[in-house]
Amino acid sequence: MILLEVKDLRTYFETEDGLVKAVDGVSFQLQHGETLGIVGESGSGKSVTNLSIIRLIQEPPGKIVSGEVILKGQDILLLPPHAVRKIRGRRIAMIFQDPMTSLNPFMKISRQLMEMTQLHLGHTRSQAYEHAVKMLETVGIPDARTRANSYPHEFSGGMRQRVMIAMALSCEPELLIADEPTTALDVTIQAQILELIRKLKQETGTSVILITHDLGVVAGMTDRVIVMYAGKIFEQAKTKELFARPGNPYTKGLLRSVPDPTDEQGKLYQIPGLPPDVAHLKPGCPFAERCERVEEICRREFPPFVELTPDHHSLCHFANEVYAESN
Amino acid sequence: MPSQTETLIAIRDLKVHFKLGGKRVVKAVDGVTLDIAKGETLGLVGESGCGKSTLGRAILRLTEPTGGQVLYRNNDLAHLSGRQLREQRRHLQIIFQDPYASLNPRMTVGQIVGEPLETFRLARGREAEQRVQELLETVGLSKRFIKRYPHEFSGGQRQRIGIARALAVDPDFIVADEPISALDVSIQAQIMNLLEKLRREKNLTYLFISHDLRAIRHVSDRVAVMYLGKLVEIADAKTIYVEPLMPYTKALISAVPVPDPEIEATRQRIMLEGDVPSPINPPKGCPFHTRCPYAIDVCKEVVPQLVEIKPAHFAACVRISPAMPHIEDVPPGSAPGLE
Repeated sequence: MILLEVKDLRTYFETEDGLVKAVDGVSFQLQHGETLGIVGESGSGKSVTNLSIIRLIQEPPGKIVSGEVILKGQDILLLPPHAVRKIRGRRIAMIFQDPMTSLNPFMKISRQLMEMTQLHLGHTRSQAYEHAVKMLETVGIPDARTRANSYPHEFSGGMRQRVMIAMALSCEPELLIADEPTTALDVTIQAQILELIRKLKQETGTSVILITHDLGVVAGMTDRVIVMYAGKIFEQAKTKELFARPGNPYTKGLLRSVPDPTDEQGKLYQIPGLPPDVAHLKPGCPFAERCERVEEICRREFPPFVELTPDHHSLCHFANEVYAESN
Repeated sequence: MPSQTETLIAIRDLKVHFKLGGKRVVKAVDGVTLDIAKGETLGLVGESGCGKSTLGRAILRLTEPTGGQVLYRNNDLAHLSGRQLREQRRHLQIIFQDPYASLNPRMTVGQIVGEPLETFRLARGREAEQRVQELLETVGLSKRFIKRYPHEFSGGQRQRIGIARALAVDPDFIVADEPISALDVSIQAQIMNLLEKLRREKNLTYLFISHDLRAIRHVSDRVAVMYLGKLVEIADAKTIYVEPLMPYTKALISAVPVPDPEIEATRQRIMLEGDVPSPINPPKGCPFHTRCPYAIDVCKEVVPQLVEIKPAHFAACVRISPAMPHIEDVPPGSAPGLE
């Protein structure tokens, strides 16, 4: 069953440098209970895509210029602001990379958690307090009842991220959007947080969109992956399929440029050049300048979104060839 | 592989203790002994707050050590006076993590890369300018960029500028402190390859500090693992991945996500409980005992020393010994390292 459907989403920003098409024609579906990974480098549009879904784009300079974001038959982009506020936090929750800047430093942890359920579920103070303690226990905060009365600065980075997850899940949302949730954390803490998200997802059946630049995290956590570059979806496939048979030169390059600990050393594959300046995209494929199998048509014409299998698509003039070579 | 015969930098019982007022002391680096061989890349890995950056800075005396020695060319860097230290420092350089904060925004690329030439009176005027142009080309930047300012560059390009600046004085030894952490994945590979190329061409020796174990494995000949101010394991890069001995290293390596869904689906992780303890009040005995799945009572008392458990493979854990290197095989409750 489809939970969320994004159709031809376009979010543009007016900057001094010109119009930046941060998200330019993104479409995808998310099934109930599914974890979708969105990978890309900085500026690829992965975060803006998700901020657009919950209508958190600051206007100006940003604007969602077109598209549909359909949550169970209802287009979020057409709703009035008060209706969107009822979805945000209640039906779609979000956790961000930096838990310090997402928590209010002046409020006790308990109050911040209580706000959620008092607002969305109509809890009384005491109900909300008990629920907050229960949520802190769920995410593995030791001695939760005492710690609920602490302030964010009294927690370590990993603990703050647990608090963020507790807050995000306190209203049992249908969708959790996690934007680089472990990037600011150490590896042993990252492993704990990822394990926690995995466990809670199993228990609650929440769908997850996981935004990350780390292909290792994607491999372990997701069912399906979207690879973004320059505001476009470059490739979309089931996770296993994407890693085993990438159908896009950019994905292929990304996969090859991650050092494999089990491999012998030697020169690491590198994608040449720099990510494109999204404000000044040339016609043709945005990856053409850096692509190792570029041909004349790539610089001239924008590539088609080729269907390789019913659930594997790639934005490339030579998608079929690249896919065949991957075998 | 470089020959591991000649030691370039010998670190002896190096300590950096920061006084916090009262009786509180942070032992950021607490008795580190380490040899760095000429021509090798030594990877230094650990989680935030373990003291790896402080160790790197203390070697160059950018942070003042509070005890111990750093021996380089028959000098003890930790105790040299101003002028002598400056002379030696020419041979020792550093590349920083944040390419945005480590370049003066009011200086052009030419000035930034040329400044060390001036400071050490290595070149002037036209000669200096030519040298700067060469340096830019060495690190893969166009010499046309010489009059531009740092803000005009991307993160990866700025890191290249920082590398050119470090190379300006023709150093022997470079501390690379998280040089790729702030960069995009596709750019990380470029910078790692550049550093490797420069090492070969210029016969450099690196201390490569990173929390990224995949990168450390790729660039290093040997790896040293640090936890709460102490080195807990040293071995060659492949060995430490395939056969880590110290329980912390085992957990650290098992926590790294592998970019392969098939492996991720089946692999067993060693999950550590809790956070890294505060370095202000570190645990007594083995610093890792609070999180260690193998800890026994004696670990709370005895501070383990780095012992050569296997040839060229050192680990600090009382529960293993050269006769019983694998902790899984050690009988419960016994500490062969103490016998």
